[in-house]
Amino acid sequence: MQFSTASCQTPAAVDTILPLRIDNVSFEKSGQMLLRDISFLVTGGGTTIILGPNGAGKSLLLRICHGILQPTRGVVKWLGTEACQARHKQAMVFQNPVLLRRSVAANIDYVLRIRKLSIGDRKYRIKQALDLTGLSDLVRRNARVLSGGEQQLLALARAWAVYPEVLFLDEPTANLDPAATRAVEEIIQRFRSVGSKIIMTTHDLSQARRLADEILFLHHGKLLERAPTEQFFEHPENSNARAFIQGNLLW
Amino acid sequence: MEDLIGAFSAAFDLMWDFDASLAEIVLLSLYVSLSSVVLSALFGFPIGAALALARFPGQRLVVVMLNALMGLPPVVVGLFVYLLLSRSGPLGQFGLLFTPTAMIIAQWILITPLIAALTRQIIADLWLEYHEQLLSLGSSRLRMLPTLLWEGRFSLITALLAGFGRAFSEVGAVLIVGGNIMHHTRVMTTSIALETAKGDLALALGLGVILMILALLVNGAAYLTQDVAKRIAG
Repeated sequence: MQFSTASCQTPAAVDTILPLRIDNVSFEKSGQMLLRDISFLVTGGGTTIILGPNGAGKSLLLRICHGILQPTRGVVKWLGTEACQARHKQAMVFQNPVLLRRSVAANIDYVLRIRKLSIGDRKYRIKQALDLTGLSDLVRRNARVLSGGEQQLLALARAWAVYPEVLFLDEPTANLDPAATRAVEEIIQRFRSVGSKIIMTTHDLSQARRLADEILFLHHGKLLERAPTEQFFEHPENSNARAFIQGNLLW
Repeated sequence: MEDLIGAFSAAFDLMWDFDASLAEIVLLSLYVSLSSVVLSALFGFPIGAALALARFPGQRLVVVMLNALMGLPPVVVGLFVYLLLSRSGPLGQFGLLFTPTAMIIAQWILITPLIAALTRQIIADLWLEYHEQLLSLGSSRLRMLPTLLWEGRFSLITALLAGFGRAFSEVGAVLIVGGNIMHHTRVMTTSIALETAKGDLALALGLGVILMILALLVNGAAYLTQDVAKRIAG
């Protein structure tokens, strides 16, 4: 399955919001520098994992990339031909997703209404997203009474329905048991297989190995290393990264 | 003590007999208070939510003023509406003074700030929980307004009840703009004031007991609705 929308007339290769340029981004709060001069460029395809210990600034950086938080200094810019559509072509799944006090289907419908899709399109996408996440039987259930794992699956379904070109995931399995973690990881791979760019944070090394195509290693608000997954785990250049992989990094 | 026993016995007699004139007073009380609550909610909910979501210079000052308006003295509001609606006032031509409509207008002015201020607090608290998620979903601030009002629907019932309580128990404003005219603008609270003035304390207290029972029933019904809805909706 490939994401395609009825409204898109141009080929997918042209119709893009990527690349995303992060240029000298810093974030300061209460006199504390939480992110310091971070720069990188994100291009299409694959999974980029922002790895680092607790307090490294991973979630903060992800929120800044997604545009729901403004950096104190620096520039976040979408450079693609459809950059003006950036807000509607990205989605984010939080560690603790906030679901609306309404049914499972209505939660997905909410984001599709924001994107002004026709009722036919909305119904189609809701069904597709629920089938993908295995929530079809719970369609009328109130979202707030779902289990933690089901809530995270619904957050993923809600993200799927908007056909995001870029999907941000903030420690999406941090609160889940192994079975739910596996279900979530499988869905993340489905996003990747249909061409969504995944940008995800985690402090779980084995999860990073399983999912990542490349790693951005963050420590104390600084980007210390960027490398393809295998290279990062086999031959980390940065001493802090090496210590983190070996389980010796103190924060 | 004898007064109290007399009051309960008077209340019991009143309810036992429940004649047409008492029914008229009770129904008018409910009509005026419920109408003003509905009207105030129509204005107070969006005003409160907008104040919680908007960011503009002087916002804190507006919030402080709104909170202060929660304590508006009913007689002052009554006097203000009286001046507006009296024959020589700017709205005198409509002939509304000493009608139930005038009473609804006065109570509407009285409780809209209360409902708006409570709504602002409820929505501001929800905003902390929801704003990142709603921004992420692509929601504009304008769209967040009805979304958050709907998300806070169970808590907002409390704001409605606070408004109803203030309207239902209020006497100063309705007395001034309604005039306590028998079969026309006499409500429970103005009846109590009248009977007290006449010295029929037992009857006044009896009416008071009925007023409290009614307030209890309305609050109980709202609480039950809230409880059941919450259980279904999570």
